[in-house]
Amino acid sequence: MSTTVMKYEEALARFEPVLGIETHIELGTRSKMFCGCPTAFGAEPNTQVCPVCLGLPGSLPVTNKAAIEGIIKIGLALNCDIVEWCRFARKNYFYPDMPKNYQISQYDEPLCVDGHLDVEVDGTTFRIEIERVHMEEDTGKSLHVGGATGRIHGADHSLVDYNRAGIPLVEIVTKPITATGEKAPLVAKAYATELRELVRSLGVSEVRMEHGSMRCDVNVSLMPRGASEWGTRTETKNVNSLRSVERAVRSEIERQAAVLDAGGKIVQETRHFHEDSGTTTSGRSKEEAQDYRYFPEPDLVPMAPSREWVEELRASLPELPAARRRRVQGEWGLSDLELRDVVNAGALDLIEETVRAGTDPGAARKWWMNELSRRATEQNVELADLAITPQQVARIQAMVDAKELNDKLARKVFEGVLAGEGTPDEVVAARGLKVVSDDGALAAIIDQVIADNADVADKVRGGKVAAAGALVGAVMKASRGQADAGRARELILEKLGVS
Amino acid sequence: MSAITRDEVAHLARLSRLALGDDELDHLAAQLDQIISAVARVQEVAAEDIPPTSHALPLTNVYRSDENRPSLTPEQALSGAPAAEDQRFRVPRILGEEA
Repeated sequence: MSTTVMKYEEALARFEPVLGIETHIELGTRSKMFCGCPTAFGAEPNTQVCPVCLGLPGSLPVTNKAAIEGIIKIGLALNCDIVEWCRFARKNYFYPDMPKNYQISQYDEPLCVDGHLDVEVDGTTFRIEIERVHMEEDTGKSLHVGGATGRIHGADHSLVDYNRAGIPLVEIVTKPITATGEKAPLVAKAYATELRELVRSLGVSEVRMEHGSMRCDVNVSLMPRGASEWGTRTETKNVNSLRSVERAVRSEIERQAAVLDAGGKIVQETRHFHEDSGTTTSGRSKEEAQDYRYFPEPDLVPMAPSREWVEELRASLPELPAARRRRVQGEWGLSDLELRDVVNAGALDLIEETVRAGTDPGAARKWWMNELSRRATEQNVELADLAITPQQVARIQAMVDAKELNDKLARKVFEGVLAGEGTPDEVVAARGLKVVSDDGALAAIIDQVIADNADVADKVRGGKVAAAGALVGAVMKASRGQADAGRARELILEKLGVS
Repeated sequence: MSAITRDEVAHLARLSRLALGDDELDHLAAQLDQIISAVARVQEVAAEDIPPTSHALPLTNVYRSDENRPSLTPEQALSGAPAAEDQRFRVPRILGEEA
């Protein structure tokens, strides 16, 4: 079944999108939210479960203090107020991903409220208002058996693994995001990116979307340009990469615009995002679906974080990404555009660590943004996933600074390290890559080059010093790039009596 | 006026995946109405200055430290399951509610 869409440019000329983003982040605590089970990703099924997270009769939950510290840190980093008193709530629903038949969450009393996060798109800053940040527990994972696609439709039965059930989960909800116009998909992506960086800097979660430790639900509605009343929204789930956040918003804008253009109505519903096609399909409709019958969780006492504790946590916050970017921009002397390129390439951490290992910022940035970015693109991996460490990059640059390597040889060392041939020093030794600046070794090569290029040598002798460049080139070629070009030039001129 | 209607009981039954027949609904709606009406009498004595009680104990901030405790073995975990397959709990398919 194909869906009618309107061209993006036309859709934006006629409609104004309003977004809302709900992000779930699994905290990286050692134990689960309400019990002592481990939280390792990828463990064998049902090996990290106990009576509490299986909802067995007689078991009682007890709140993990590290998880509460984690969410308060996230709240503070998002400029939220931390409430003085709040409770957990039971969210009742009938689905086997929670064995208790309810999820412990928060309802009308979230722990953190009224924050904001600034994001930048193409040089413009958008302030994303945060409605709330609340604490809950993750659900188990269902495997649908018998269906062709692993989805529930057509499945005979489902197999459930409760290892993930009860892992601390933080939900971050934005207020409606308006006035972003045609930049709406980019703003959504920039928000998810900045939120990921922020939470990563706090050290409270791995925030790896490919592992599901960060997941986004994207709400989109359209209203005709000039209108004041918002349209009906849809909620797209299953958006599990930063790029998909952008694609999902764009695709929903194009689809909804076509429905409205044809005189149709948007149905308030959950939609599923498909990575392969970049489009959404209808899930369950909201009207029939949810009646969660929330009530205060009787098994857990209220939380009343003291102001002293909150201030202690505030004082413990590390330098946050936005402040850090401003700092390194000054320290490294980058233009706005250069900084943006570094951030977009995911090179900030890598360059900073390389600088910390003793390399000049300019050289560190040059290697990561040129040579290594090119190789990452070739290998189709992220820069940080290349098989080389910032310390190794620093070591190679140190050899360049000591004139033991020139740029060309350095690139060969990078190649060797990336190919798993060992450390930079091992690659230099194994491949014999040291610059030849030893006069004796150079002299033999130079004599040969002068003999082979007698006509050029005569020109140089006759005063055309610029022609010596061709001889230096020949020396470099003969030495397979290993000659010290500066020294070779000096020796050539000396030999030809023009120095 | 009844405290809970027959339609509300039918709605709750559906949310709980309980298949109740017409006579069961008649029977249970009347019983639940009596129970809720009895409990609702508390509201008659609750003044506006008394906040609703959600917890019997006047405690806040009960936390545990982030330490691991032994989990069950998968065999123990699955021992009470009506059905298991591939070390997982096996449950009937549930239509129309994809999580």
